[in-house]
Amino acid sequence: MTFMKKLLGATTALVVGAGAAIAEPALIFDLGGKFDKSFNEMAFTGAKRWADETGNSFREIELQSEAQREQALRRFAEAGANPIVMAGFAFASALETVADEYPDTKFAIIDMVVDKPNVRSVVFNEHEGSYLVGMMAAQASKSGTVGFIGGMDIPLIRKFACGYVQGAKAVNPNATVIQNMTGTTPAAWNDPVKGSELTKAQIAQGADVVYAAAGGTGVGVLQTAADEGILSIGVDSNQNYMHPGKVLTSMMKRVDNAVYDAFTQGENLETGFNVMGLSNGGVGYAMDDNNASLVSADMQAAVDAAAAAIGAGEITVHDYMSDNSCPVE
Amino acid sequence: MQFFIDLLTVSDSTLRLATPLLLACLAGLFSERAGIFDIGLEGKMLAAAFFSAAVAFVSGSVFLGLLAGIAASLALSLLHGLASITFRGNQLISGVAINFLAAGMTVLVAQSWFQQGGRTPSLFGGARFESLDLPFTNALAGLPFLGPIYAELISGHSILVYLALACVPASWWVLYRTRFGLRLRAVGEAPEAVDTAGISVVGLRYSAVMICGVLCGIAGAYMATALQAGFVKDMTAGRGYIALAALIFAKWRPWYALYSCLLFGFLQALALRPDLIEKYLGFHVQVQLLDALPYVLTVIILAGFVGKAIPPRAGGEPYVKER
Repeated sequence: MTFMKKLLGATTALVVGAGAAIAEPALIFDLGGKFDKSFNEMAFTGAKRWADETGNSFREIELQSEAQREQALRRFAEAGANPIVMAGFAFASALETVADEYPDTKFAIIDMVVDKPNVRSVVFNEHEGSYLVGMMAAQASKSGTVGFIGGMDIPLIRKFACGYVQGAKAVNPNATVIQNMTGTTPAAWNDPVKGSELTKAQIAQGADVVYAAAGGTGVGVLQTAADEGILSIGVDSNQNYMHPGKVLTSMMKRVDNAVYDAFTQGENLETGFNVMGLSNGGVGYAMDDNNASLVSADMQAAVDAAAAAIGAGEITVHDYMSDNSCPVE
Repeated sequence: MQFFIDLLTVSDSTLRLATPLLLACLAGLFSERAGIFDIGLEGKMLAAAFFSAAVAFVSGSVFLGLLAGIAASLALSLLHGLASITFRGNQLISGVAINFLAAGMTVLVAQSWFQQGGRTPSLFGGARFESLDLPFTNALAGLPFLGPIYAELISGHSILVYLALACVPASWWVLYRTRFGLRLRAVGEAPEAVDTAGISVVGLRYSAVMICGVLCGIAGAYMATALQAGFVKDMTAGRGYIALAALIFAKWRPWYALYSCLLFGFLQALALRPDLIEKYLGFHVQVQLLDALPYVLTVIILAGFVGKAIPPRAGGEPYVKER
């Protein structure tokens, strides 16, 4: 009997030991899916870059439903994954409960603040990036009217909108910015048909540059803008390639850098509040061969100057989420 | 004059948004009139949207895409028929299963086929339905009112829009003026009577379900290859359910289906232009209210405030021959 116990104990120790030695980092994708050509895919790119450079592996899971959030977190924590990175603000409430249960595991949540000692909260200054593309939109616009199409109507998307309006008004104080949200349910992230109709509606109101911060709905916005001969602005990842010569630029949110950083720090992940802004390469605008002809040297110089000024703190872009209001319409 | 132009743009948008609803609504009408409830309209449209876009991209021909979309939708219809007619299963459960199946399968197949995140590549050229300019657009352009109406509203849509509109009188004619239609309606009201007359209940119900599949296939293909240039995960965004609401609103009649779909499409189009409501009505309307109105109206109809919505009597019941 004692022998049996010892044997069992030894096996357990071996298993635990093996688990501790690997301590793979884990990445959980949100409902949008790993290859969404946007937010989640950026996260994957960052993780892959880390894996390629270090030769290590990481665990990952794509959620299929809302109910799996806690389950996925627990499973990775039980399996000894460390740190566990989750892409998406929607993990907040699940993480609130799970973080306390696994005090030795480090977590990183992107796009949301969870105040726990073992959690790193990564937030992006989307308003700063949106400010820059807003400037470019107003410069490229001939009609003086530019558009914004958001996905689901949540404060985060209003933060994009508010930064965009501020940027457009900074270039042209008389610019009109038309704002529409696709809907109030998660279906608003995947309704390209409605995105198209919203784009047509904004064109009817005179818009000639449209910025889409709307996930899969944005595919419809970019498509219709290209079909109707106006310019569009992509979001999150570089979407310039989707319609070469018709996408003015893309507001890049470097989720890949956030994941890469977290994985690199590994088990010694620095917890707390982590802001990714213009100054540390967290946001920016995309330039490549596809939009080189659309962005003049003057435009780029003006935007780069503004980016430097924001980074140095000379220009302050209002953050909608700081007080849930926007000073400009 | 500005009002006229605004009205035209909203009507134009209404027509585009109402077309998938109308096709799905007529699809549901055939199925439900034959006594087979179908909440799988959404899933069939989604499957059709994916397969039409995928095949159109691979073959470069939008018509092959349309056929593939119809075939995919038909396959799901037959599955629904097999479960609910042949095996006498619960029609609602079978419908829900089809919705889940389509939502998961489309993304899975798209991912392994194109590796673009459950999306098809963008379609271009002959792989898309181009908008159709009807004849005489230029000749009539000079006429006041009539010219712009013809050029903006009537002309310049995809051929599937005209097909959908033509389906309304065709459905009415089939249902109310042919022997097949009479039997189809009878099988939804009193299948035992049809059986007594020596006509196959199972055969009639299968043909109704197949008509439903074809129409859903066209609706899905319209969204992926005419309104859009490719498939995006879950792109039907609940239109199958709105079509069901429209079907109840229309009390299972073809012409009323047209009116209710146009009404729902109009509400959706209006929700896109909050600026116009403010301009002409003088007060601000929450767009969420407009988005919710189709459902609110359907509940009112169902509650019996505006006439009574009586579904086909044998709807939802599998037919069991008496011995």
